[in-house]
Amino acid sequence: MTEVLAARARQVARAGTGGVDLDCDRQSTSGSVSQRACTFCGSRVVLYPIADAIHLVHGPIGCAVYTWDIRGALSSGPELHRLSFSTDLRERHVVFGGERQLEESLDELIARHSPRAAFVYATCIVGVIGDDVDAVCRAVSERTGIPVIPVRSEGFQGSKRKGYDAACEALMSLVGTGDTAGIPRHSVNLLGDFNLAGEIWIIQEYLRRMGVTVVANLTGDGRVDDIRRAHGAGLNLVQCSGSTTRLAQQLRQAYGTPFQKVSYFGLDDMAAALYGIAEHFKDPEMLDRTRALVAEEIATVLPVIDECRADLEGKRAAIYVGGAFKAISLVKALRLLGVRTALVGSQTGTAEDYRYLAELCDPGTVIVDDSNPAELSQFMATEDVDLFIGGVKERPMAYKMGVAFCDHNHERKVPLEGFVGMANFAREVRASVCSPVWQFTPRRARAGRSGTTAHTGRAAAGAAIEVMC
Amino acid sequence: MLDHTPTPVMERTALRINPAKTCQPIGALYAALGIHRCLPYSHGSQGCCSYHRSHLTRHFREPVMAATSSFTEGASVFGGQPNLLQGLATVFTTYDPDIVAVHTTCLSETIGDDIPQIVGEARRQEIIPASKHVIHANTPSYSGSHVVGFANMAAAMAKAFATPIESKKRGGDRAQINIVPGFVDPSDMRELRRLAEATGLRPVLFPDTSGVMDAPQTGHHQFYPDGGTTIEQLQNLGRAEATLGLGYWASRPAAVAVEDKSGVPRELLDLPIGISATDRFLQVLARRGGAIGADLEAERGRLVDLIVDVQQHLHGVKVAIFGDPDHVLALTEFCRDLGMHPVHVLTGTPGKRFVAEATRILGDKAPHSNIGGEKDLFLLHQWIKNEPVDLLLGNSYGKHIARAEDIPFVRVGWPILDRAGHSLLPTLGYAGAIRLVSRMTDALLDRRDRDAPDHEFELVM
Repeated sequence: MTEVLAARARQVARAGTGGVDLDCDRQSTSGSVSQRACTFCGSRVVLYPIADAIHLVHGPIGCAVYTWDIRGALSSGPELHRLSFSTDLRERHVVFGGERQLEESLDELIARHSPRAAFVYATCIVGVIGDDVDAVCRAVSERTGIPVIPVRSEGFQGSKRKGYDAACEALMSLVGTGDTAGIPRHSVNLLGDFNLAGEIWIIQEYLRRMGVTVVANLTGDGRVDDIRRAHGAGLNLVQCSGSTTRLAQQLRQAYGTPFQKVSYFGLDDMAAALYGIAEHFKDPEMLDRTRALVAEEIATVLPVIDECRADLEGKRAAIYVGGAFKAISLVKALRLLGVRTALVGSQTGTAEDYRYLAELCDPGTVIVDDSNPAELSQFMATEDVDLFIGGVKERPMAYKMGVAFCDHNHERKVPLEGFVGMANFAREVRASVCSPVWQFTPRRARAGRSGTTAHTGRAAAGAAIEVMC
Repeated sequence: MLDHTPTPVMERTALRINPAKTCQPIGALYAALGIHRCLPYSHGSQGCCSYHRSHLTRHFREPVMAATSSFTEGASVFGGQPNLLQGLATVFTTYDPDIVAVHTTCLSETIGDDIPQIVGEARRQEIIPASKHVIHANTPSYSGSHVVGFANMAAAMAKAFATPIESKKRGGDRAQINIVPGFVDPSDMRELRRLAEATGLRPVLFPDTSGVMDAPQTGHHQFYPDGGTTIEQLQNLGRAEATLGLGYWASRPAAVAVEDKSGVPRELLDLPIGISATDRFLQVLARRGGAIGADLEAERGRLVDLIVDVQQHLHGVKVAIFGDPDHVLALTEFCRDLGMHPVHVLTGTPGKRFVAEATRILGDKAPHSNIGGEKDLFLLHQWIKNEPVDLLLGNSYGKHIARAEDIPFVRVGWPILDRAGHSLLPTLGYAGAIRLVSRMTDALLDRRDRDAPDHEFELVM
């Protein structure tokens, strides 16, 4: 098998080899086994957690099925988002159009569930058969009195990033339509956090202790009425930069709200995010409260991290995730655990992200954009990693190679954000890396290394690398 | 999400809620994985392929390799020919498969891409190496379901490779029997082969995902695992005494295609789930030259022994069954054989035959049952609210209903997204029936233990 697709040479680099300038946000090469998804997927993941809205997928059944309740984006109240609504377009609709199907579906859903808004996702063929989704949404909205928002998410438009933009556009149409009376000066919106495993609740609790009010979550545990008054917040916090930076920029332009890019992963980045907020509001008392909070939280989790680090010191990791901003936090978080990043990549990073990654990582670290299984498994072997951090499609590949795994994507089941999240992350990584099962997997067994011998640290690892390389 | 389903059932025409089916391409992709050294190829947007791979991975817990045309805005206007030509070039130079199985999507079907013409063009331009194969199936997402997509790709295999072969047996060979296994787990395909071999026949399964989607841990990521039907086997389908198509929806088109192309007669059977359907499967093998030996008799005897042991726990139990039509019909028959009452049986896959067949199987119980073809799980939930059941059988999408209504739940079918091991142990055959009976009984007795007051909580049951 060819080592790296020739056409991909400009999307792979190594840190420490001069200027890293990856050619990213490219359409995947036709015929490659890409790990990437489509525009629809991008829109759907961003808007999905809004729990009191109807999310109607306008198209054949598949797009609705593959996005049905696959993500633990938790809600503290209504759970309308967890149902799968589809117009289930059939052959006759492809011929005669699906507008009536769409309109009837919306009418029925709105009558039964009394949602605060409805999002209508256009899939590939809706763009081709020429349904006027905008007109249907407008008509239903006028009739029912709730916002019915078309999301231009035809899959063929490009990668997930395009879908993020369509989702941000949909959110922008809601913002500014609510009353901002009573919103205090020290207030924020949380952008780009989807409340997987209840993570946003951890962040909200930190903010409460600092004396900061959260106006709207965009979109984890999100509510339509909160989003409508999001323009009243004093500051926007943008986590998961890939999906909602554009929204933050638009909010700044339209309402003058400043924004800060933040990451809630790892102790450094989490603390930096909170200090950044306190500094923004220029409130000395808030800064004191923040210092106390950070000190207290770190003191709580440090023993756990130290304990895990003792078992993990000297291990090597590969990271392949959706957004580059997360990858950056993960490199730092792993470093705190004594784990070296040997490979790092993302589906949607920008040239700037990759330049920063190249500076951050140790020399020799492989940096990839829009990778594929052949490439990832090859690097996993040559870089002899002990741990892979990725999503659903990468997990079985890592396991087949006898490599430990941590899901840092939709399917994580314990919160990884916040200070407590770093402790959870450390525990999860250690549990997988140090599992005794690896002694039975041929690759590790051949190398004379396993989870149980891993505790002996560098010496064993060094010997194993010789055997493997 | 558990309290969003109102009890009164209202007529719905336009809307699908909580589907009990998905689209054709994923079935075609799964079928294509059952050919040795085959790379499935999705001619559409890159999201389709990504979703299908993720979804299959969640069920099988295996890497799933497939390539995509990665459609762009331009392709959706001007046609996908350049994408497919480029895609085939990339696939053969980079991933070196022996065969590529192209399936379409709603997008490429709607814009009207002519796959045979484009593949012909790829041949002419020598993009496809002379020794390699490209087959295709049309799998528009807006008709049929994932089961139909599987059926279409299985049929495409026969259409591409089956030819008439006069001399059936090669020197000293056992008689060949073709088996189209249906959209079942690799463990089931393994079990079908074992049963057929036990009768002394030489089974050729196509597709065959055993050894592909249940590959052993080797320490390597093998891009093409060792399993799968070989091209040579497909080229020799015409050598068989008969083709057994298991399950009307998933296997009929392939069995018909083998007959059309090679003259090998077809036998259409239910999916061999449970005792009666497995009996019929073995009887056909016997009629086609197999012998039912003492081992198979004993295997069946052990199943009968078990169902006698637990009959009092199962008799009269009200059960709801949902999933793919071939599975649901076979499970319905098995539940009837065990004395249970299938109160609700439902599939999301279209096809009028489902209601007729379910009605026939249910017999005198039919007037007291809800039977739904091309329906969804929102309706099933409403049915259950109106007429509660003691047990729910179906794929993972039943878990919400099971929790909301507090019903014991046995996972069977596809997809199972929240448990492991199902793709390693069979549901088909006598062994599968033993497993099913055991799991259903366990679920019911676990529930009885859970609900029993202390003084009625018993050690021996």
